[in-house]
Amino acid sequence: MSEDVLFQLNGVSKHFVRGKEEISIFDNLDMSIERGDFLAIMGPSGSGKTTLLNMLGGVDQPSGGEIHFDGSRVDNLRESELTRWRAHNIGFIFQFYNLMPMLNAARNVELPLLLTKLSRAQRRVSVETALALVGLNDRARHMPNQLSGGQQQRVAIARAIVSDPNLILCDEPTGDLDRKTADEILEMLQLLNREHGKTIVMVTHDPEAARYAKRTVHLDKGRFEQREVAA
Amino acid sequence: MTDFYLIVKNMTRKPLRLFLTCFAIFIAFLIFGAVTTLKGALDSGIDLAADDRLVVVNRINFTNPLPISYYRKVAAMEGVRNVTHMNWFGGYYQDPTQQLVTMAVEPESYLRVYDEVVIEPEQRSAWLQDRQGALIGEKLAKIHGWKIGDRIPISSSIFSHRDGGHTWDFVVSGIFTGENEQYDTGYLVFHYKYFMETQTFGGDTIGWLTLTTEDPSLNEAVAKRIDESFANSQYETDTSTEKAFNKAFIEQIGNIGLIIFGVVFMAFFTILVVVGNTMALAIRERTGEIAVLKTLGFSSARIFRMVLSESLLVALIGGLAGLAAAWFLIEGAKAAMARFLPNLVMGGDTVLQAIGFMLLLGLITGLLPAINALRLNIVTAFNRG
Ligand SMILES: Nc1ncnc2c1ncn2[C@@H]1O[C@H](COP(=O)(O)OP(=O)(O)OP(=O)(O)O)[C@@H](O)[C@H]1O
Ligand SMILES: [Mg+2]
Repeated sequence: MSEDVLFQLNGVSKHFVRGKEEISIFDNLDMSIERGDFLAIMGPSGSGKTTLLNMLGGVDQPSGGEIHFDGSRVDNLRESELTRWRAHNIGFIFQFYNLMPMLNAARNVELPLLLTKLSRAQRRVSVETALALVGLNDRARHMPNQLSGGQQQRVAIARAIVSDPNLILCDEPTGDLDRKTADEILEMLQLLNREHGKTIVMVTHDPEAARYAKRTVHLDKGRFEQREVAA
Repeated sequence: MTDFYLIVKNMTRKPLRLFLTCFAIFIAFLIFGAVTTLKGALDSGIDLAADDRLVVVNRINFTNPLPISYYRKVAAMEGVRNVTHMNWFGGYYQDPTQQLVTMAVEPESYLRVYDEVVIEPEQRSAWLQDRQGALIGEKLAKIHGWKIGDRIPISSSIFSHRDGGHTWDFVVSGIFTGENEQYDTGYLVFHYKYFMETQTFGGDTIGWLTLTTEDPSLNEAVAKRIDESFANSQYETDTSTEKAFNKAFIEQIGNIGLIIFGVVFMAFFTILVVVGNTMALAIRERTGEIAVLKTLGFSSARIFRMVLSESLLVALIGGLAGLAAAWFLIEGAKAAMARFLPNLVMGGDTVLQAIGFMLLLGLITGLLPAINALRLNIVTAFNRG
């Protein structure tokens, strides 16, 4: 296994049992994601994009096969171990931002830092840095419902990067935004990938959005159809 | 930011709902505190009467006297541990409307029989030595501002003093308290010998005897023995437990009380059920947010604790405020009710019981949502939207 491989999926399968029926989403899926990659996952609705992302993020577990992260197996960790692993290594960005409505922007960003041993002062510096990176320092005291969709998603990005994880997972991060705002968000992700070396895996329906990624994979009927896309 | 901050923010996200919830809990515990205390005051007459204490009165009527010789005779009987005798003095202070519970007693045996009366050793020996000395309860001392050494004139609506008039001068030798807070200390006792020497009727009669038995199980046998041994004499007796004595009196109000208490407690529990449901719903609404916290890396145990803390906090805020309000209410009503309910005190057990119910409310309402949060599957939570 190459030094540069961050994620390695070997023969991963996933099926759900719905009533008496067993639905297979993937069967024997192989895949590797390198450190520093910006990968877009596209595909029709129901093709299993979210399910795949959830497995990468340790939120869902495969029915078979192995997932290696940074050289060690993560698919067989216990829930509590996975939770800790997530807190250390992964930042999440959701389609609907999922900010805590009763916390202001700065406190939303601070949330993942409660899982670290940082002091209050250190936390404040990290929050300010993250908010500055997404250009929202002047909105730190705003509540989520006082922010536009684009601004909320920027807060969510700040939350995803504040504890400095290597990997950022995004599920349709621009799905709820207009073109211009979406482009701003995507540029921001690109910046995080290029300047800060974050590995990014992004699920999207939008071919325009996929263009910001270094490469795109198409998921259909449980298989990848891989093609390189110029960044 | 701390977990506690998160808990408080979660709790206060809908201020009106929080206020209404806390208010309902407040009312529930106001009711609980006030009614339990009231009930306790009514029952205390029964409860405080010692189980093994018997009262021997004249069979004709308890206002008729008994000969002093009965004191020695009863003391010698089998099964009797301590016995003392008392005379009703019919006392008042300054004005006949200011009735004062005053009794002439045989000091040493009195303190043996009423062992819940607590008094400093120096005051005790001072009283035993001073014939004119009186032992007064803390409550009386407070009401009238009497201190040790004070000379207090107490009049009798029944007896006359040899020197003329109806007023006796006593010296306060000691101030007693009760072994527990509910013990009614609103009375005065003084030396029987002094009483006999100074009143005009003369003679050597006593009002009644109070005694303790070796064991409550002997009560019936001892009572029977006493009444049988004085049967067919000039002074026949009627012996019953202090409890039975008080109970007969209180039962008259008690039956009505029981119905009222039943209704009130039903209201109390209804409020708790309704409020509990609201609180549980408030947390269930946040399933999506809990899923996000889990995704971010908050452990299930930590979320469990936060959810449970929140409902406990709500229950305690409303409940303690209600209990405090009940306490103020009781303290305010105390003076006005003193004549009917001398033991109107919110006891420690009421407070503990109330806190127990608060914790139970918080636990029951928080536990189910907290367990749901613990078990919550992030994937299905997000799929649900
Ligand atoms: N918990 C579950 N139980 C049963 N079936 C599920 C569950 N989660 C997902 N599925 C099914 O798995 C398939 C893939 O779902 P997934 O959400 O990964 O698709 P997707 O590619 O993200 O679609 P979309 O583009 O609409 O978001 C779907 O057919 C879905 O119904
Ligand atoms: Mg999806």
